[in-house]
Amino acid sequence: MRKANKWHTYIVIFLGTLLSITWLYPFILIFVNSFKTRSEIFTNTLSFPLDPTSENYPRAFAELDYVQSFTNSLLITVVSIILIVFFTSMAAYALSRYKRKMSSFIYFICGATMLIPFQSVMIPLVGLFGKVSLLNRTGLIIMNIGFSSSMSIFLYYGALRAIPIALDEAAIIEGANRFQIFFRVIFPMLRSTTVTVIILNAIKIWNDYLLPSLVVNKDGMYTLPLQMYYFFGQYTTQWELALAGLILAIIPIIILYIFLQKYIVEGITEGAVK
Amino acid sequence: MKKSQDRKYYWLFLLPCLIALTAVIFLPFFYGIYTSFTDSDGFNMTFIGIENYIKLAKDKSFLSSIWFTVRFALVSVIGVNVIGLGLGLLVTRRRNKLSTFFRTSFFVPNLIGGIILGFIWQFIFIQVFEGLAKLTGLSFFEGWLASETTGFWALVIVFLWQMSGYIMIIYISFLNNIPYELIEAARIDGANSWQTFWKVKFRLLAPAFTISLFLTLANAFKVYDLNLALTNGGPFGSTEMVAMNIYNTAFKQYHQGYAQAKGIIYLLLIAAVSLTQMYFSRKREVDL
Repeated sequence: MRKANKWHTYIVIFLGTLLSITWLYPFILIFVNSFKTRSEIFTNTLSFPLDPTSENYPRAFAELDYVQSFTNSLLITVVSIILIVFFTSMAAYALSRYKRKMSSFIYFICGATMLIPFQSVMIPLVGLFGKVSLLNRTGLIIMNIGFSSSMSIFLYYGALRAIPIALDEAAIIEGANRFQIFFRVIFPMLRSTTVTVIILNAIKIWNDYLLPSLVVNKDGMYTLPLQMYYFFGQYTTQWELALAGLILAIIPIIILYIFLQKYIVEGITEGAVK
Repeated sequence: MKKSQDRKYYWLFLLPCLIALTAVIFLPFFYGIYTSFTDSDGFNMTFIGIENYIKLAKDKSFLSSIWFTVRFALVSVIGVNVIGLGLGLLVTRRRNKLSTFFRTSFFVPNLIGGIILGFIWQFIFIQVFEGLAKLTGLSFFEGWLASETTGFWALVIVFLWQMSGYIMIIYISFLNNIPYELIEAARIDGANSWQTFWKVKFRLLAPAFTISLFLTLANAFKVYDLNLALTNGGPFGSTEMVAMNIYNTAFKQYHQGYAQAKGIIYLLLIAAVSLTQMYFSRKREVDL
């Protein structure tokens, strides 16, 4: 019996290691090849660089306009998320604390919008925002809020149901108004949901390509995925630059993941299971 | 007095989200239904009734993109769930540093956007595969992005690689919630690992299947970024999925009314598939 268990453990370790390497291999290949010269990538794709060079990186960094596009992505993501957190938690609070027909109706509509794919509203969306001159960063942020609302409201609503209304009532007796109750008493209790909402939306917004390509497709406003798209199109015949660029685009995400791994995995689980 | 005050707060709290939802989803949705009955080119539109929808039914490129997407979704849903569950079982056997590392590596592709993943694999399918072809002399590795069949499998491979780690996380959370006593009891009754899996775990995972199938289906039907970065629909539009077909009709050919009609059909397709799947999964949960 014990022996069988030990065998199991070995098999698990062996399989796990093999699969992990398989999963990470694409990244390793890109990383290794980004230190080769153009001709070496063609002649020697599969093994380590014979004569490693780091020259590709400064060039890719400059060509990607890295600082600018990174800042643009960061700005859009951070502002969108701050607003999403406040607006959706407030909305969920209203829906959970005022039991009315209206609340159930709004809640139902939110659920229904989650089935609508982006391509079904994309054309009129761009048309309408164009008419009111909102095809810019402000418009993009409004769109991010709109597309994130349903899911975030659902998450907050689920957490709010677990907080007893007696707490609100006690605060009302003490003379607090609704804003004070929400921001001083309730919102701090929603911390773990807030982490989930931040992480799920951050991954989505940071990586989004299609929406920014329709809304902020202008020089100086490019986000990282957008810039990456044009950069790659320009340099597909120059793999050495393209690969260094890919690594530069991946690095911030990997660093963040290493530091926030626990929260990210929890956030993803919460978001999916609820 | 208090009642009316509360009503004021109710709307104040809801307002920002309602405005955003209205501007971004409700208005475009209803305006889109109207647009689909016009010949809009983005600037002018005239009402033409159901002409777009009639044209759609005979549009070979659109129908083939639907067929391509449906096949892609079918293969992906099965693949992602089998791999995701397999990985989940593998890393929940024991909790230690090593299994955490395994989880991390399976999950990483999920954090990176479809555009970048598509480009990474473009390098692999073009350059690395050519290296492998030279090394092994096998023609199997040649021209993966140059034909419809291999292009299809290339998209499937990248999607499996990306999505399985995500679905794994869901299976892990359900596997961890299975009471230990149940598994222990099965062991005492003489069940081996294989039997414990099929007779105990598999049945208790029903809600996990519901969620995972829903998420994989929805994601597989909505693929755009990956399609764009990996094959860009080529060769000759043969690997174009529905989302890309709609985009190209709307923003490359500027047949926006027509593209919007496609968008409505796309919406109906996704809603029908998702609701059917939910119905059957829920039914199965109850039956077990």
